[in-house]
Amino acid sequence: MVEPMTSRKLKTRLPARTLVAESWQERVRGLLVAILALAMALFLAVPFVALIWRALTLEGQMPAAELSIFSAVMLSLGSTAVTVVLIVLLGTPLAYFVARYQFPFKRLLTIIIEIPIVMPPVVAGLALLSAFGRRGLIGMTLARFDITITFTLAAVILAQLFVSSPFYIRAAQSRFESLPSEYEDAAAVDGANRWVIFWRVMFPQSRQALLAGLILSWARALGEFGATILFAGNLQGRTQTMPLLVYGALERDLRVTFITALILLGLAVLAFTVTRWLAGVEDDEADTPTYL
Amino acid sequence: MATKRLAFLLIVFGVVGCAAGLSGNGGVDPQELTVFAASSLTDAFHELAEAFEAQNPGVEVVLNFAGSSQLAAQLSEGVAADVFASANPAQMQGVIEAGRIETGSETLFVSNRLTIVVPADNPAGISALADLAQPGVQLILAVEGVPVREYTDDIVAAMAADFQEKFYANLVSEEDNVRQVSAKVALGEADAGIVYTSDVTADIANQVQQIAIPDAQNVIAAYPLAPLSDAPEPELARSFIDFVLSEEGQNILSNWGFGPSPDG
Repeated sequence: MVEPMTSRKLKTRLPARTLVAESWQERVRGLLVAILALAMALFLAVPFVALIWRALTLEGQMPAAELSIFSAVMLSLGSTAVTVVLIVLLGTPLAYFVARYQFPFKRLLTIIIEIPIVMPPVVAGLALLSAFGRRGLIGMTLARFDITITFTLAAVILAQLFVSSPFYIRAAQSRFESLPSEYEDAAAVDGANRWVIFWRVMFPQSRQALLAGLILSWARALGEFGATILFAGNLQGRTQTMPLLVYGALERDLRVTFITALILLGLAVLAFTVTRWLAGVEDDEADTPTYL
Repeated sequence: MATKRLAFLLIVFGVVGCAAGLSGNGGVDPQELTVFAASSLTDAFHELAEAFEAQNPGVEVVLNFAGSSQLAAQLSEGVAADVFASANPAQMQGVIEAGRIETGSETLFVSNRLTIVVPADNPAGISALADLAQPGVQLILAVEGVPVREYTDDIVAAMAADFQEKFYANLVSEEDNVRQVSAKVALGEADAGIVYTSDVTADIANQVQQIAIPDAQNVIAAYPLAPLSDAPEPELARSFIDFVLSEEGQNILSNWGFGPSPDG
């Protein structure tokens, strides 16, 4: 699956390396590199295999805790669905503005957008608590109107939105920036307003990149743990998403932990496959996001 | 240019890594005693460890704190340790059943009581246990399996059915361990939580208020302590346990708000 894509991408291919006439030093060096590469590859592959092996060889019957898995799956899918909608609704305009307009502190804004990508999730949780907690910068005012965010589904969604939206915004922004503005200029000359230009010109050329970025965001939101447990707490059926259940059930019921972990892993692999597939479908459009 | 920067980064990380490794070891290999202790023991065991290290030069006590249920799960999975201090006998029993601790080697070493904590400004106006069942109270507890939760459930089970239902309906989050409960109440995020009296340490005394649970309703939490049967340092484990049970050790625990061992 990967092969045709790469060959299409590489305009010129390097000639195949010849294996003849290598000195012994070169061979030793080659062997060393191969060993290092193998060690790293094994390190990445073994835990993956071990998790599946462990899950499949667990003894005992599936206990009544099925309910906790079911409610965690529903909560995860529901909350990430809302998060994804919010990301598109709020993230697309932001990406568009940053890509198309010059304004003061633009550089600062682009940095702020990207910080959550490298921010430790537990720090993100603390930051959200500082903003939306009952004694937080904004939460304080909300509390006066009897609105509490901490320990609610809203907190789960805010945590996901905070840590995952940058992936989409970044993908959208770089796609918008890469579109030559001549098309838009031409459309403007023809009398189209900005809204029409976006919908008729920019959006159709960006669909794939937007979708790829969105799936990546979704996968990140689905796996969100640190910010959620700190900011949204942990209660079955209310804020306990799948990652929280994986962690929480570890001390109660290993089967629940491993089954939930497998579901999460399956969804992550699915997301990854879809993004790769999208990236490969149309070469002229979807530049694979740099972080894929 | 990029190559130079990469090389520079590699060197920086390498130097930092080596420095951290060296400072961790101090050149000589100290004897390490690994103690797994319930979260509620955090402050007391830090002080106990320091005093023990002072009496035993060359010994380093490594402490691992978490909810007893989490520690029991880790130990049952085979994590290496020398001593396990649990906040209730049930979690100790789990490790015994997993074959990591010998039956009868455990000793009850300290006791504790439960209390309600509320933020200093007491936003929900809690004044007694009964108030925790009022609608709208944001209540947080430790998650099931954590000893403080088991004790809490025991207290609640003795109350009227109506109270029980409303009490659990107010639950907004189940935390990993008891210190997460007290921390979130101290942060003001929850209206009330149930913790041990010893959890109201000097660190958070200004941020929370205690609402006592009367003796008639309260339970006595009993903490057992035992060496692991496959402890890497069995002698040190024994002498650490002896130290905890000694007058000096018991004084430290009592200073941190723990009661005497329920065994006498």
